[in-house]
Amino acid sequence: MGSLQLLPPTASAHAADMDWLFAALLGTSAFILLLVFGLMILFCVRYRKNSKVERGNRLGRTWRVEVAWTTATFIAFLGLYFWGAELYVDIHSPPKDATDIYVVGKQWMWKIEHPGGQREIDTLHVPVGRPVRLVLTSEDVIHDFAIPAFRIRQDALPGRYETLWFTPTEVGDYRLFCAEFCGTWHARMGGSVVVMQPSDFQRWLDSQDPGPSLAQEGEALFRSYGCSGCHGGAGTVRAPRLEGLFGRPVPLEDGRTVIADDRYIRDSILMPKAEIAAGYPPVMPSFAGQIGEDDLLKLVAYIKSLADGTAGTSQAGSVERPAQ
Amino acid sequence: MTSATVTGKPDEPVVATRNYLTEGGVTLRSWLLTRDHKRIAILYTLSITVFFFVGGAAATLIRLNLVTPSGIFTPDIYNRLFTLHGIVMVWFFLIPSIPNTMGNFLIPLMIGAKDLAFPRLNLLSWYLYVGAGLLALFAILIGGVDTGWTFYTPFSSLYSNGYVVLALAAVLAVGFSSILTGLNFIVTTHRMRAPGMTWYRLPVFVWSNYATSVIMVLATPVLAITLILVAAERLLKVGIFDPALGGDPLLFQHLFWFYSHPAVYIMILPGFGVISEIVPCFARKPLFGYKFVVWSSIAISVIGFFVWAHHMFVAGISLYAGLVFSLLSYVIAVPSAIKVFNWTATLHKGWISFDAPMLYALGFIGLFTIGGLTGLFVANLAFDVHVTDTYFVVAHFHYIMVGGMVSAYFGGLHYWWPKVTGRLYPEWWARIAALLIFFGFNLTFFPQFILGYLGMERRYYSYPPEFQAWNILSSAGASVLAAGYALPFFYLGWSLFRGKRAGSNPWAATGLEWQTSSPPPTHNFDRMPTVTRPPYQYRPEPEPQDV
Repeated sequence: MGSLQLLPPTASAHAADMDWLFAALLGTSAFILLLVFGLMILFCVRYRKNSKVERGNRLGRTWRVEVAWTTATFIAFLGLYFWGAELYVDIHSPPKDATDIYVVGKQWMWKIEHPGGQREIDTLHVPVGRPVRLVLTSEDVIHDFAIPAFRIRQDALPGRYETLWFTPTEVGDYRLFCAEFCGTWHARMGGSVVVMQPSDFQRWLDSQDPGPSLAQEGEALFRSYGCSGCHGGAGTVRAPRLEGLFGRPVPLEDGRTVIADDRYIRDSILMPKAEIAAGYPPVMPSFAGQIGEDDLLKLVAYIKSLADGTAGTSQAGSVERPAQ
Repeated sequence: MTSATVTGKPDEPVVATRNYLTEGGVTLRSWLLTRDHKRIAILYTLSITVFFFVGGAAATLIRLNLVTPSGIFTPDIYNRLFTLHGIVMVWFFLIPSIPNTMGNFLIPLMIGAKDLAFPRLNLLSWYLYVGAGLLALFAILIGGVDTGWTFYTPFSSLYSNGYVVLALAAVLAVGFSSILTGLNFIVTTHRMRAPGMTWYRLPVFVWSNYATSVIMVLATPVLAITLILVAAERLLKVGIFDPALGGDPLLFQHLFWFYSHPAVYIMILPGFGVISEIVPCFARKPLFGYKFVVWSSIAISVIGFFVWAHHMFVAGISLYAGLVFSLLSYVIAVPSAIKVFNWTATLHKGWISFDAPMLYALGFIGLFTIGGLTGLFVANLAFDVHVTDTYFVVAHFHYIMVGGMVSAYFGGLHYWWPKVTGRLYPEWWARIAALLIFFGFNLTFFPQFILGYLGMERRYYSYPPEFQAWNILSSAGASVLAAGYALPFFYLGWSLFRGKRAGSNPWAATGLEWQTSSPPPTHNFDRMPTVTRPPYQYRPEPEPQDV
């Protein structure tokens, strides 16, 4: 039945930082608890009804005491806040060289697609020591991709891309859970994260039957959905060219500027009227309801690959390169 | 219970011959059509007790299921059990618990009024509560709901196959009961105070219920709107929350928590009020820092409206929203800490006795402090990213809601029992129950903090085997806790018939409610009281009773 384990495995750089934060929170709480419980017990014993102890000179100006403990408490709380906030900003700032892996949640499984086209269900293979960025979405209800050994989790929302990144530091098998209630088999919607040596990971990738890469499949879809008709440059309609687009700022018709990231590409396919690139007529039809989440991910991967000419393994750091 | 409480044996002293239990008749009709705030409080007490045991039964089955990693029930049954437990405990026990029972009974007595401002509205509030409760039970009996008490979309609006709309209707109706009670308390506190009862002479219990009422009136309508929108999406396929229909699932969470986080304060503020009455009485000392305790309640009720998105740190809100909501959550922890410090300081140089209400109050302070401190953990951005939706959160809010509020409820029940019934309960049994509840509670919920940090998720009917040992401890604690909660049911019931007569002021307490007889007459006071002193003027020597 297992022993009384106290801490989960610590398998990422962030997990180690988090355990220090946990220690700080525990230390502060233990101090306050000992103070309050200590005083309560002391007073209850010393000033019990039948004790004859001296009770003169009660605290007079209570507001001084009040201001003192209010200020002290607040300052201690602020320290904890900033510590946690700094780590939170950190886990929302993926490094530029992170590998993107796509995750689609659906009742009740996780579908995972590697950039090379390898697919897996409920298991995520990653190499040790390399940053990985997960792009999460859902086909139905809200799910949550949780890896306690890395101390991170993120909701996977239908209709949105959310991201989550980590750098595993320990080889091993770790638990993967769905943490947002999603229906009957919620408790069984999980599996494992397998952290491997890079060479083993490469062997694993090669042993899978990848077929075409995500970007290559995206390219085929790009033609079959007719996107290339306008965006390919040969058509009669003037549409933005997509080469070199990904990761760059896009000036919009309404004066704003957005970065062309996964979300922008996805939203532009489904809701093309929402954020119109400056200088182009808003003539693109919406593909909402016609393209599933799987195909959307492939299209995004293809457009991402156009930025740097690779098969979509990485987009960032390449935005300065000239388009093909 | 009614007739027995008033037929005292001739040799027993101080029998109030004329009281609210006898005046106006003892027929069922006289109870169901009563407009007396005290009788309505009794009706509420009986009905929330029923729901407490319904919700408790579900909790027992949940803990039973979690004894083995593979679970005992099917997932569909388990999902219905925790949904039932959540809906019943939140809306049919915790939210009405102290305000609608003790608040109803005591606010007019404490401020020296004859009744609440709107007696008919008060009765209507109870009927809404009962109607809603029956609707909820009906939804459960015909098949149940599997959304969790949080009704997250788009699961609740399009995917769940339970009786979601019936449950939504029940919660909507019970929300109106809250609004009516809140309105009644606000008007009563403003308009019906006795001569000399200035705002700063009000007992903290009245202040706390006032702050609670403001939240009830302002937040509950948002819940009503949200539930109607979910029903509209579910029944009419109007796209509001489901992206497949053009909606936004996070919109639901913002609206829901805009009500449900303030609702946490609806559930705990009245508890603060009860503890602030009990601690000075049994420490024989005025409450330390009265104005700070009062204004911290008001601060909580205001800031409580601006922390809702701390439930959503991993839900897909922006980084900046996360930073702001975490900061505000740390800010709201300060007034709660102030209260704990003030209760502790009240004990300093007092003449402390340890009757059952005081044991519950001290237990409350301990458990609430642990619950409040772990609130700092889950308000912490990076920490919450690891533990949200795990048993850490479950343990945290049970420390506040059960360790805190339910302990305060039982403390208040014992403290005012002699006033309400005119009888004393057996002190020894009451102390045993208080201790059982304290230890049973800790054994049940402390292991859940560790489970949560290990990564055990909420709402799992089955779990990895390495979590079993802590789960067994937790379930063992739950059986102790269940015994602790069942015990008062028996000895309090016994005391209704056999308990010693209490007299009007068995605790030698200050406070206007102790100046009238026990049980009080229908119109509360024979002569309108006049108040000349601040509250909690306790002195070491107990004042003589019944002068």
